[in-house]
Amino acid sequence: MLSGHLDQLEAESIHILREVAASFAHPVILYSVGKDSSVLVHLARKAFSPGKIPFPLVHIDTTYEYPELIEFRDWFVSQIGARLIVHINEEAVAAGTNPYALGTAKCCSLLRTRALVEGLEKLGADAAIGGARRDEERSRAKERVFSFRNRFGQWDPKDQRPELWNLYNPKVDPGESMRVFPLSNWTEFDVWRYIEREEIPIVPLYFAAPREVYVRGNSLIPVKANVRPLPGEQPQIRLCRMRSLGCTPCSGAIESDADTVPKIIDELFLFRRSERENRVIDHDQDGSMEIKKREGYF
Amino acid sequence: MQTTLRFSTAGSVDDGKSTLIGRLLFDTNGAYDDQIEAVRNSKVNRSGRELDLSLLTDGLRAEREQGITIDVAYRFFATAKRRFRIADTPGHEQYTRNMATGASTSDAAIILVDAIKGVSRQTLRHATISSLLGIEHLIFAVNKMDAMDWREDVYAGICAELRRHCSRWPGARLHYLPVSALDGDNVARRGGRAAWYNGPSLLDLIETLEISPAPAPFRFPVQYVIRPGDGFRGFAGRVASGTVAPGDTVAVLPSGRRATVRGVHTFDGPQPAAHEGQSVTLILDEEVDISRGDLISLDRARPELSRHLEADLVWMAEEPLDLNFPYLLRAATRELSAMVSSIHWSLDPATGEQLPAHTAQLNDILRISLETTQPLAFDPYSRCRETGSFILIHPRTNRTIAAGMIVRGRPQQDQKDARLAFDLGPVTPGERAERYGHLPAVVSSPNPDLLERQLFEHGALVVRWPSAPPPGLESTGAIIIAPGGLLVPEHGALEFLENAGILIRRENFKSGEGI
Ligand SMILES: Nc1nc2c(ncn2[C@@H]2O[C@H](COP(=O)(O)OP(=O)(O)OP(=O)(O)O)[C@@H](O)[C@H]2O)c(=O)[nH]1
Ligand SMILES: [Mg+2]
Repeated sequence: MLSGHLDQLEAESIHILREVAASFAHPVILYSVGKDSSVLVHLARKAFSPGKIPFPLVHIDTTYEYPELIEFRDWFVSQIGARLIVHINEEAVAAGTNPYALGTAKCCSLLRTRALVEGLEKLGADAAIGGARRDEERSRAKERVFSFRNRFGQWDPKDQRPELWNLYNPKVDPGESMRVFPLSNWTEFDVWRYIEREEIPIVPLYFAAPREVYVRGNSLIPVKANVRPLPGEQPQIRLCRMRSLGCTPCSGAIESDADTVPKIIDELFLFRRSERENRVIDHDQDGSMEIKKREGYF
Repeated sequence: MQTTLRFSTAGSVDDGKSTLIGRLLFDTNGAYDDQIEAVRNSKVNRSGRELDLSLLTDGLRAEREQGITIDVAYRFFATAKRRFRIADTPGHEQYTRNMATGASTSDAAIILVDAIKGVSRQTLRHATISSLLGIEHLIFAVNKMDAMDWREDVYAGICAELRRHCSRWPGARLHYLPVSALDGDNVARRGGRAAWYNGPSLLDLIETLEISPAPAPFRFPVQYVIRPGDGFRGFAGRVASGTVAPGDTVAVLPSGRRATVRGVHTFDGPQPAAHEGQSVTLILDEEVDISRGDLISLDRARPELSRHLEADLVWMAEEPLDLNFPYLLRAATRELSAMVSSIHWSLDPATGEQLPAHTAQLNDILRISLETTQPLAFDPYSRCRETGSFILIHPRTNRTIAAGMIVRGRPQQDQKDARLAFDLGPVTPGERAERYGHLPAVVSSPNPDLLERQLFEHGALVVRWPSAPPPGLESTGAIIIAPGGLLVPEHGALEFLENAGILIRRENFKSGEGI
C-alpha cells in the first residue's frame, strides 16, 4: 500500500503524464512558471526518469509577466535541461493590447486565451498538459482529467466524456485536442507540502519581502513599469508575497511575513479566502472563469 | 493519519445532494469566505433560506440557471480525523453517465432519498450502479426530514422499503440515517429534532468508515517503455495490485513469456519492492518483447486470458448498442477491437428483474457477452478493479459509450482443450514470430551443431533436417537447418540472421514508443 497522501497524489499524476506520452503524437506542457507548473514539471521529470521529459514546455508570455518570473523560467529550464517554447500573441501586442484600454476581460482573452489556442495550433499540439487544480475554482471543479477540446480549442462543459476509473479516453480527430490536468486532485495545501518535501525551486515572488506596491483595498499591486497607478496613488513599501501569479497589472500580493515554505504552509491554515481572489480577471462577472475556459483558457 | 475517503453522492434529481455537500463544506469550514460570498451574492436562490448551499458545488452557469447539477463536481476538505474527496454527481436521468464517472473512483456513496417523495426508480438505479461499481459502503441518507416534521414513521417506512431491495446489492455495507441538508441536522452535527434517532451524524459516519479492499496478486499494466538510449530499458507503469520485488519471476501477458525482475527504478533511486498504487519503472533481466498494453503479473499467480468475456455494462450513449459492431475496448493500458456478441439480460433498476433485450438505450444496465479480436489478460472486476474494468469507445465519434465490469471469462464447464481453441483460436504466424523471436527460414552452416546451440540458447524454435525440408515445414514458424539453406557464417551468426531480417532485432521490439 502507498504510505502517504502525497505519495498517492504523486503516483496518480505520474500515471496521467505517462498516459499522455503514450497516447499523443505532439503533447506539450503548458508551463506558466507558477508553483503548480513547477510541481508539474517536477512530476514529469519523475515520470520519465532516467530519460528526459518527452514534451517541450510551452510558456504563453502575455508580455505583462513579472521580470522575476522570466528570469526564474530561463534559469530553471536550463537547470533541468528541458526544451522551452515561448509564444506571444505578437499581433495583439503590436496593436498595443493592454488592460487599461480594453478592460481586463478583453486583454486576457487576447494575450492569454487567444495566444494559447493559437500557440498550440502553431505547434500542432494534440495534447496540452496544464497544472490546473479542481480546488481552485468552482468551474474547474467540474473538469475531467482528460478534457476534450473541439477544433476551436473550446470546452463544452455540458457534454463532457464520461471518465471512469483511471481509464482515460485520449481519442481526438485531427484539429481537435485534449487538455490534461495531472494535478486535478491536488489542493493548494498539497502543492505546498509537496514543494517543501521535494525541495522544488519556485519563483521568489511567492516569498514575503518588502516590496513597493499600490494599495487597493485588500489587494497590493506590486509597482512595475507597466502597471499604471490610479490618480493620486502613491507607492508604499509593504511586507508581502504573491499567492498566485498572473499579469502584473492584474494580480495582487497579500500582506504576509511568510518567507519560507514552512511559514507559507502555516499561513495557509489561517486563510479564509481562496487563492485566486486577488486575480482580477476571475471576477469580472459571474462565471467568468467558466466563460474563459469555454473559449480555450486553461 | 487515515487514508483519504473518496465518496460520491447519488439519488434522484432534487433530492438535495448538492445542498447536502454544500452544508457539509459550510459546517466544516471546507469553503472559503469569498466562495460563500459568491453564493450569497448569487441571483439564484431556491432554498428558501439565507444561503442556497447547492451553489457551492453547482459551478456551471447552466447548472445555476436550471437549478440542477449537470456534471460531477470534485471538492476536497479535511477534518481533524480524515481527508475527504467528494464527487457531487447529478441526479437527472439524462446525466447518469456523469454519476457513474463520479462513483467509479469512490469508496462510499451517499444515496439520498427525498423524505417527501420516497424511494424512486432513480434512487434504485443509482444504488445498483454503485453496487456494480464495487463501492464498499452505501449510505442511504433520508433527506428533507424537516419538511416531514422529523416523523419517525416516514423514516422507518423508507428504510423498510430500501431493505426490501438490499439483496440486490450484495457485497456492499449498508448504512441509513435521517438528515436535513437545508438545516444541517445530522449532517456535520447531531440534530436535536429527532429524539428517536440515536445513530451517528453523517460526518461521524464518514470519518470512521473503514475501507478494506481485498488484496489481489501482483498486476502491472505497462504504460510506456523508457529507453533513454544509454542501454537503460525500463517498463513504466502503476502497480494495479499486489507487490513485486527484484528476484521475482513474472509473466508477460498475453505472450506468456517469463522473466525475472532485476530492479525497481524510480527518480528517487532503486526501491526494494513496488507496491500497489505506486508509479515505478520495472527492469527485467531478459530482453523480453514488452510494449504498452502488456500486463506483467507474478508467474505463479497469472490473470485469466481469453477472447470471450462476460461483463456487466452501463450503456452511456444516446445511440443504441449495435450488436456485433466493432467498438474499441480499453482495459488498463490495452486497446483492442471488441464486439458485443449477445445480451443476456437488461436489468430493471426498479425491481431488479432481468429482462430479455436485443439492444441497449442510454443508461441501461446489461449483462453481456463480449468477443475481442486478440486475447485479453484480465481478472474479474470483483478481484481487481484495474484489470477487471473496461470502457468502450465508438471508433467513429471517439466518444466513451459504455463502462464495463468483467464478471468472468468464458463459462468454466467447457473442456480445457476446447476452451483454448475457442478462446484463443488457432496460433497465427504473428504469434509464432512474437513468441519465438524470429520468422521461419531454411538455413545452413559450416558448423550446424554450433548454430543449433546458438539459436536454441537464444530461445528460437530450431529444427535439424537431414535433407531438403518438405514443403509445409516452414509453416511451423521454425528455423530449419538443412542442406541448401541460406548459408550462415560461423562467426557472428546471430548478427547475420538479424541483418537478414530472420531474427527480430531486440531494439525493434519497441517501434515508435519509448524515448
Ligand atoms: N425542505 C428541504 N429542502 C431541501 C433540503 N435539501 C435540499 N432541499 C431543496 O431541494 C431542492 C434541490 O436541491 P439540490 O441540492 O439542488 O438537489 P440535487 O439532489 O443536488 O439535485 P440534482 O443535482 O440536480 O440532481 C432545492 O430547492 C433545495 O433547497 C432539505 O433538507 N429540506
Ligand atoms: Mg446537485
